[in-house]
Amino acid sequence: MTALDHLVIAPVVIPAVVAPLALLAMRRRRRVGVAISMAGCVAMLVAALWLFGIAQDDAIRAYPLGNWPAPFGIVLVLDRLSAMMLVLAAVLALVVMIHAIVTAVDRKGWHFHPMFHFQLLGLNGAFLTGDLFNLFVFFEVLLIASYGLMLHGQGSARLKAGVAYVIVNIVGSALFLIALGLLYGLTGTLNMADLARRVAALGSQDQGLVRLAGLLLLTVFALKAAVVPLHLWLPRTYAATAPVVAALFAIMTKVGVYAMIRTVPLIFGDAAGAAAWVPAPWLLPAAVLTAIVGFAGVLAARAMREQAAFAILGSTGTLLLAVSSWTQATTAASLFYLAHATLAGAALFLVADATLRRRGQYGDATVPSPRFAGQDVLGLLFMAATIAAVGLPPLSGFVGKLFILQTTFAAPAWVVVWATILGTTLVGVIGFARSGSTLFWKTAAADADAIACTERSRVELAMPAALIAVLGLLTLGGGWATAQAQATATQIFAPQRYIAAVLGEEAR
Amino acid sequence: MSLEFLVASAIAVLTAGGVYLSLRGRTFQVVLGMTMLSYAVNLFLFAIGRLVVDRPPLFAKGVTDHADPLPQALVLTAIVITFGMTALVVILSLRSFLESGSDQVDGIADPSDETADDTAAPPSGAVPSGPTAEREARQ
Repeated sequence: MTALDHLVIAPVVIPAVVAPLALLAMRRRRRVGVAISMAGCVAMLVAALWLFGIAQDDAIRAYPLGNWPAPFGIVLVLDRLSAMMLVLAAVLALVVMIHAIVTAVDRKGWHFHPMFHFQLLGLNGAFLTGDLFNLFVFFEVLLIASYGLMLHGQGSARLKAGVAYVIVNIVGSALFLIALGLLYGLTGTLNMADLARRVAALGSQDQGLVRLAGLLLLTVFALKAAVVPLHLWLPRTYAATAPVVAALFAIMTKVGVYAMIRTVPLIFGDAAGAAAWVPAPWLLPAAVLTAIVGFAGVLAARAMREQAAFAILGSTGTLLLAVSSWTQATTAASLFYLAHATLAGAALFLVADATLRRRGQYGDATVPSPRFAGQDVLGLLFMAATIAAVGLPPLSGFVGKLFILQTTFAAPAWVVVWATILGTTLVGVIGFARSGSTLFWKTAAADADAIACTERSRVELAMPAALIAVLGLLTLGGGWATAQAQATATQIFAPQRYIAAVLGEEAR
Repeated sequence: MSLEFLVASAIAVLTAGGVYLSLRGRTFQVVLGMTMLSYAVNLFLFAIGRLVVDRPPLFAKGVTDHADPLPQALVLTAIVITFGMTALVVILSLRSFLESGSDQVDGIADPSDETADDTAAPPSGAVPSGPTAEREARQ
């Protein structure tokens, strides 16, 4: 094993090293801690891009931790899907980190930087691991860090939403453990590749239980992805936390979707007998409801952050509309949209952050206010972010939605999918147009209170603009990105290659 | 009565109690409910390796049947995680109670509390009760 092979574990090791280092340096000199934290983010992006490059050769690489052979030890697996998610997380993390430093959000508490990196540790681990129990552990790592980040800066509203958020996730973890227990009891393994093999070989007496385990597992992932009816925690949490943190959380719901895309075709794919595609009949109605509730919320929201939270909900619904068909083509479309939706959701939150900082006591509430600094630029940024979020040309949301519409056309329920996507897009456009015109076009009556806010640096607008530029690049490079998504989907729908790579050639 | 029946019914009772308490409105009951739920899950994980008595966990000379050691490792991990989580929830609900003056999970005080239940009242000098605080936060 050469040094280069060990690069697979770098996205897990880098934040694990950077977090305590930043914590230690922070106690003496704040700037050193911040510099270490920034360097960690950059190093992670470099490592992720490198791994993305490595994964281009279409091979699936298994990295046995401690060199224990696969079904017994824990493996990390690098394939196109995990490499793509790593790059996405690293790009988002870097942008959010710079924005947090520029806006001095990281100074509101002592532990922003360590928490941030532990969150990334959990995310990267969840993307890389090839073991279901290890996935649970990384989920816990990212959740524990997210509790800290969510409460960062404190405040009574944040605490109240925090209690509900933590409780919901602990119950979710209990369900996850029950699902894992059932699967282990049935198959005697928790390695995903080994599970895939053994679920396929289960006798008929265990089919009911394995279906139950599959559905429980999907329930947990749906809770993480905030799929209706398990979505109630999301709008409150995301609207109450610091917008920068919410921007990072934009990828948290996508972790749930990632886990579905990872486990279902592999473990509950065509080979799984009676348990094949167990979640398929449930996911489509849930996705339709999620999209409708999300975009209805966009229309009804009374503040920018609330609106952005509902937009994330709606984008998850749109994403799952494509995922729920479980074909290779629709999965490719959903992967493209997943990358887009994560960045677009984060962009909405960053624009909301920059706006509410300039509106003083008016905050992010959708009410007219006197003119504020940078109103024109912010209005344009808001328009670009919303164009991306609802999927109008010229940004990548349009390409993503078009791709989903095109691929789901072959699905039996295409009428439902098309009606939902087109209808919710219209509702979303109306909702964002309404709030945008109130926020940026209308001015308050002359006797309204003046904004008690000092002039703020224009640098704060750089990161929202950068995210929108990335979305623009995703549109310009749409052909390349689509090809990537298709290659990834091809890999996902050939589970025997994954199994062979993890368990060795004899498993074929 | 077999061992399996005893363990299974213990898990069932714990789960039922846990689910019931988790759905209650006050944080203390919810914390208790989650603790019971996690006990149930830990027992369940322990039982998935099949219940066998008097078997060595990994290796012993001349013994062919072993207990499954992996579920025990899983239970250990789960115990550590749920222990930390419970501590966090307790602290968080305490802070939330002190800041909002209500021990309701949604942070909105029950109207009947204000007159009937003195224990739910905030300690003197604390912030005003839930609805008022929320109204202030909205403004």
